[in-house]
Amino acid sequence: MSVQTPTPAPTTGASAVSRPQQQHDRSLPRWVPLAVFAAGVAVAALLSALTGFNVVLFVVYAVVLGTVAVYVVSRVTEGRRRATDRLVTSVVTAAFGIAMVPLVALVWEVVGRGIERFDGEFFNSSLQGIIGEGGGAYHALMGTVIITALTTLLSVPIGLLAAIYLVEYARGRLKRAITFFVDVMTGIPSIVAGLFAYALFVLIFGPGIRLGIMGAIALSVLMIPVVVRSAEEVLKLVPNELREASYALGVPKWRTITKVVIPTAIAGIGTGVTLAIARVIGETAPLLITVGITNATNFDPFDGRMATLPVYAYYQLTQPGVPPEFAIDRAWTAALLLIILVMGLNVVARLISRFFAPKTGR
Amino acid sequence: MTATRTPSDQSTTKPPRRPGDRIFAGSAKGAGILILVILAGVAVFLMAEALPALTAPAEEIPGDEGLLSYIAPLLFGTLLSAVIALLVATPLAVAIALFITHYAPRRMAQGLGYVVDLLAAIPSIVYGFWGIFWLAPKLVPFYRWLEENLGFIPLFAGPTSSTGRTMLTVGLVLAIMILPIISAISREVFRQVPTLHKEAALALGATRWEMIKMAVIPYGKSGIIGGAMLGLGRALGETMAVAIILSVSGGITFNLISSANPATIAANIALDFPESTGIDVNTLIASGLALFVITLAVNMLARWIVNRRADFSGAN
Repeated sequence: MSVQTPTPAPTTGASAVSRPQQQHDRSLPRWVPLAVFAAGVAVAALLSALTGFNVVLFVVYAVVLGTVAVYVVSRVTEGRRRATDRLVTSVVTAAFGIAMVPLVALVWEVVGRGIERFDGEFFNSSLQGIIGEGGGAYHALMGTVIITALTTLLSVPIGLLAAIYLVEYARGRLKRAITFFVDVMTGIPSIVAGLFAYALFVLIFGPGIRLGIMGAIALSVLMIPVVVRSAEEVLKLVPNELREASYALGVPKWRTITKVVIPTAIAGIGTGVTLAIARVIGETAPLLITVGITNATNFDPFDGRMATLPVYAYYQLTQPGVPPEFAIDRAWTAALLLIILVMGLNVVARLISRFFAPKTGR
Repeated sequence: MTATRTPSDQSTTKPPRRPGDRIFAGSAKGAGILILVILAGVAVFLMAEALPALTAPAEEIPGDEGLLSYIAPLLFGTLLSAVIALLVATPLAVAIALFITHYAPRRMAQGLGYVVDLLAAIPSIVYGFWGIFWLAPKLVPFYRWLEENLGFIPLFAGPTSSTGRTMLTVGLVLAIMILPIISAISREVFRQVPTLHKEAALALGATRWEMIKMAVIPYGKSGIIGGAMLGLGRALGETMAVAIILSVSGGITFNLISSANPATIAANIALDFPESTGIDVNTLIASGLALFVITLAVNMLARWIVNRRADFSGAN
């Protein structure tokens, strides 16, 4: 809501431009707006304390009152145009703050609840024969690793070759078509990718089929476009001079690509692939409908249901059994593990691009 | 780049290309074409499996009233949640993009960008967990307030859900999830705004906001629209967060804060698919096909808008 407050701005701005610099001398020192904003927040704290404390309401009060306070003070001392400017500054900064609230709250909540079962047993045992306390996600973790590895094996060669085709070979209409549809493909809902893999395998194996490899194919549909986009971006950055130098030495084009272009871009490709893995490792919906869930350990992706971490978390939360609290604890720990995996992969991606970047790069 | 090279390759004295070259070029082209085939395959296989539901008599479809009346409330729920998400997320995302590109200290800007992108990295199921355990209960008093004070608007007619698992909660969670997409694309176009335009505005005595209003926003408008549509595409297809948070019962209603909400297509598939057999599966796949067509259309339109912008700014 607060973001829409600058709507009165057009009238202020338009009329104000005609008389420039009117209040130039009277601009406030830097600390004043901050102090005024803090005062607004203090009033908000008081207000929310009086009306019964509630985090959401407090945040709303604080942002609105702080912003209004700054606007009023600036309007009185500096004039309308600068007041509007300050108003927008407050609003824009507040918007960023608002976006941080869910991030912090989410990480806090997941870590707080997930740490409880973050123990050895969780990593060492499956759910076979477990009712109530104990049990772990060993089978689910291994399932996630296997299916993600298969997905990577399927997606990276296809994605990388397609990116090479787009950058080094393709011209004209086919290039435009592939580029466009790769972009469109990044927007395919994950559940539709799962339905695709299911529909594909149903035609071969009959209804009710659940296999690990189906999940890998579903995830590949989501991962390939990400790999293509990122690999394409880095391959484009490889300086043309390197290719030309290689050609001048009589090296064939395919050797130039494999021995010159790809080694130059390998850091960027590694980063892109890692980020793509991070994107698919937390996908739940496609695995839910293609791989299913099992309580036993099954490491064979070509035979029957497998457990995966996201689906495990989902079922532990929604079908906890009796008593529910143990399964719900396991669900949170699985969620924490997922966040750790995704964030870890993101960090690894940044490290790859920092440490393996070519010394001759731009 | 390649255009200048290929002819010179062929103009040398050996016209036949080396086998290595031919194999490599062929497999690269094959991979490119494979991507188009996969996309077409998604459509074809979904259609093949949806066909039994399309041709089945109405009483065999769940709900006994035919495919259209089965999908209609789901479609409504999908659109409603996505539109709420879009209305909340777009202004917020644009403001965040402005903050990162024009307000934050230059040295911090990149780091702040990463932090916003982290929101995109969190798996959707974790958003579901957080939404149902943290956000939903916290929103209940706010919904009570809405019902008491704005209850005359049909959107907030109530009765307020005691768990907070409502359409509005789902819309807010979806808004958080699409925020990084919209803000990343807006950031990209805001960064492309020619410095001369901005300096010209500042030189005429504009304040920072006036400069943004006159130089940055008009230039970035189509980028914002394209980013918002990409976010819309994501919100339409979002599954797990909705499946976990939304308490589903009943059909089409604009009441955002009660416990009776229509499901969304994606969430409905996730909830029902594991236990379905026979024609029910085909019905779910048919609803998935509808979702695929809608998101494909939205994404193609969005990409077209964003790409048009890219061509445009390349000329500058």
